[in-house]
Amino acid sequence: LRVAPGTLPEENSKMTGAVFAIARLQDVAKRVGAITTADERAAAAELKVPVAAVHGAATFYDDLARTRRGSRHVRICEGTACFAADGGRHIGEVERALGVSAGSCREDGSVSLQAVRCVGFCYAAPALLDGTVPYAGPRLAEKLVRGSPDAPGIPVSASSQPVVLAGITAGEDPWQHWPEVVASWPAQRLIAELRTSGLRGRGGAGFSVAAKWSAAAAGRAPRYVVGNGDEGDPGSFCDRVLMEQDSHRILAGLAYAAHAVGAERGYVYVRSEYPSAVEKLSAAVAEAAAAGHLGRNLHGGASRFEVEIVEGAGSYVAGEETALLHALEGRRGAVRPRPPYPTSSGLFGAPTVVNNIETLASVPWIVAHGGAAFARLGKAPETGTKLVCLNEAFTASGVYEVELGMPLREIIDELGGGLRDVRRLRSVQVGGPLGGFLAPNELDVPLLDSALAAYGVALGHGSLIAIDDRVAAAELLRHVWRFAAIESCGTCAPCRLGSGLGAGLAERVVAGDASALAEQRPLLATLETASMCAFGRGVPASIRTLLRVYADELPT
Amino acid sequence: MRVTVDGRGVEVPSSSSVLAAVRAAGRDIPSLCWDPRTSPGGSCRTCLVTVDDDHVVAACTTPATDGMVVRTDHPIATAAVRGTLELLVSSLPARALQMSAERSELVRACAALGVAASPPDGRIADRVDTSHPYVRFDPDLCIACGRCVRMCDEVQGTYALTLAGRGPDTVLVAGADDRWIDSPCVSCGGCVDACPTGALFELGFHDPRPIESTTRTTCGYCGVGCTLDVQVRDDAVAAVTPALDGPVNRGHACVKGRFAHAFARSGDRLTSPLVRREGRLQPATWEEALDVVGQRLRRAIAEHGPDSVAAISSARATNEENYLLQKLMRAVIGTNNVDNCSRLCHAPSAAGLVAAFGLAGGTSSFDASTEPTASCSSVPIQRKLILSSVHA
Repeated sequence: LRVAPGTLPEENSKMTGAVFAIARLQDVAKRVGAITTADERAAAAELKVPVAAVHGAATFYDDLARTRRGSRHVRICEGTACFAADGGRHIGEVERALGVSAGSCREDGSVSLQAVRCVGFCYAAPALLDGTVPYAGPRLAEKLVRGSPDAPGIPVSASSQPVVLAGITAGEDPWQHWPEVVASWPAQRLIAELRTSGLRGRGGAGFSVAAKWSAAAAGRAPRYVVGNGDEGDPGSFCDRVLMEQDSHRILAGLAYAAHAVGAERGYVYVRSEYPSAVEKLSAAVAEAAAAGHLGRNLHGGASRFEVEIVEGAGSYVAGEETALLHALEGRRGAVRPRPPYPTSSGLFGAPTVVNNIETLASVPWIVAHGGAAFARLGKAPETGTKLVCLNEAFTASGVYEVELGMPLREIIDELGGGLRDVRRLRSVQVGGPLGGFLAPNELDVPLLDSALAAYGVALGHGSLIAIDDRVAAAELLRHVWRFAAIESCGTCAPCRLGSGLGAGLAERVVAGDASALAEQRPLLATLETASMCAFGRGVPASIRTLLRVYADELPT
Repeated sequence: MRVTVDGRGVEVPSSSSVLAAVRAAGRDIPSLCWDPRTSPGGSCRTCLVTVDDDHVVAACTTPATDGMVVRTDHPIATAAVRGTLELLVSSLPARALQMSAERSELVRACAALGVAASPPDGRIADRVDTSHPYVRFDPDLCIACGRCVRMCDEVQGTYALTLAGRGPDTVLVAGADDRWIDSPCVSCGGCVDACPTGALFELGFHDPRPIESTTRTTCGYCGVGCTLDVQVRDDAVAAVTPALDGPVNRGHACVKGRFAHAFARSGDRLTSPLVRREGRLQPATWEEALDVVGQRLRRAIAEHGPDSVAAISSARATNEENYLLQKLMRAVIGTNNVDNCSRLCHAPSAAGLVAAFGLAGGTSSFDASTEPTASCSSVPIQRKLILSSVHA
């Protein structure tokens, strides 16, 4: 059950049942395929939710599409690493091999193909999911037709003191100190330890974790903690590593957060493009409950903490915290203005902490080794370590834990081994669609938000996508704009309309119409200033860096 | 607390928004998705101003703070608002800006910021949902600001509307993309009043001729006493709108008060009292009619005593009128035989309230029930009107 009876704040909202209604439609989509209006009406009637609310949510998410789904459903990645790997040719090849175009279903209902933005196999791009079975690497279509799944595991290593990777590379038990903390640590002690560590959110916004926890702890019960496993940035797959290979570390981090803020219920929202992560985390919840780490009367005390894993339904913006909370409530995964911040009015109106997966995975190490030890890593005030993700273009692609402040060139050349084969580096995209591009001569910048800001680049979630000189600037520009148009949630006018306009202008640039580049300029300013959330405000910044790095190809 | 807007200091209550401070300072800025009756949505991004260090914010969703310095004319914010309006206009048919300014906040906003109308594009209103007798929806004029959805959810409490789709395809729909008449809409008209572009409209206002006069009145349909404005054109009721400053309804109405005014033009409407003479009802003056009533009542009392007379008054009358009727019965006629039609139809709710709360009425003040608590969103105004009509 998404919501245990009695755990919701008393409210007169008619929307409570929406949680179940959307879960039901997700189930229909998986079993039957296309969602129909009749499905929406049935769910609304049975769960006593307004039909408009169900319809509004159902039409928002990619996974609840009205296009028919075949008995075999293939999700093909059109994320940035897959695009950079072969210019997006894999999509056409798979379409031809399956005899169906992306976004549709074969007449006989045997196969449907859905284009998704990132399945987290950027280190072995291009990639697809056949049902839940991954295929990755060159000759994708060929392998798919042969039916021989081939997707390498993620290479993971720590170049620093392993903190987030303490479990995966050093075998530390994330639950080691939980019995002691839950039994005898006052919440304030835990928050103080986090304050000493200087840990900031790793999802992109970089907000102090201690400040967030204190703010939520000051609100009235019930309070909630939420793990944000909607790692939507194409190019980023470090949260996938954590969720699949060290699920318990995330649950332990969430449990510490719950202890700090006084929450009895937590959720981890995991994107549906990561089916294995959903499975592993769900299994870990059962194991942790069996071990007494979760549930009632924790380790003999009066504390209680229960966790539920919730699968997303296909939307990038649902990773924004207010949108994520809407998604958890079964509503449209659209953003809303802040304030009020989730720490005062979050899930079902209750004080809520939303922390990114990597952030949560840092917490058990901080508890075990002390906030001061963490603060000694990195470069104050940006303390600690960061996972970076290197895409397929690198000789040694994969996930690396590095200290914040390491120069990008060292990450790229020493850890990544430079570009594979004989490819020539043209640019590096840092931090996904809201991050930005750096030229090869700009890579001495250290991996710090403050330093990257000087180049107009945001660290984001720490993905590094090397783009070689086979990718044309105009096509890269179109790729970035298209992503914005497809994933804009549509809440605010500038992003809803501007993202589509930008995609149209980029189409003209690809067709050789240079005047479209100049027309972009006022649009970028409007989007950047007027948009409601970091999505609409971040896309223009990213495009400006692209125009700087590719100024010779895209003269403005 | 004190806020400075464009160099002018104003005192505003704590928990005011920046927009409230701007308005208090007498500045007018566009605010297409803002509605005084609902929570702010912040979606249209046309109320952008700068606060303190040239920080651009949406005035409607940003709390004002003591000592805040607000500018409504900062070039960066103004350019962003203009850019946003241009985006909106470019997505709409040319006729969106051809409507009269008084019927479209978008037209007024564009005029204020000098945003030019699009060239004629020949797009005609051929997708209008005309299924509903009162509410019309032209999806081509919709800017997906969600103001009507908030009105329906928060004020009316019906949850009949939603934005559907995502990104550039976002659009308003009723129910599960139903024809309006088939949706759960209860025809309160709140969405029509809220719409800033005329995408939602009622026929009375769709007539391009201007409203000639407006008369403030109290709704005659029930005892709640909603304040309404009767909009007159050609010496006839063109539309009835709820008054924003109505002390009871605060800018809201129900289907009857809002739309059911056709009786005023009905051919069989009674326009004078009728008295039955020689077996036929015949028109009479009020004096004649009241004389007949007085004589008959006197005769009944003389022949059979005061308790042979009884009165049933109407829930459509005001509380004051109901009071006067019982006074007439007790003090003049001399009987306690007084009843009201609402006692019959609301008897079950009164019994329930007595069983639950010991009182067949509200247990807290009207205003207290609008204040949201941490765990409970405010009771929609419509629901409170139902509660208060139990009283009436």
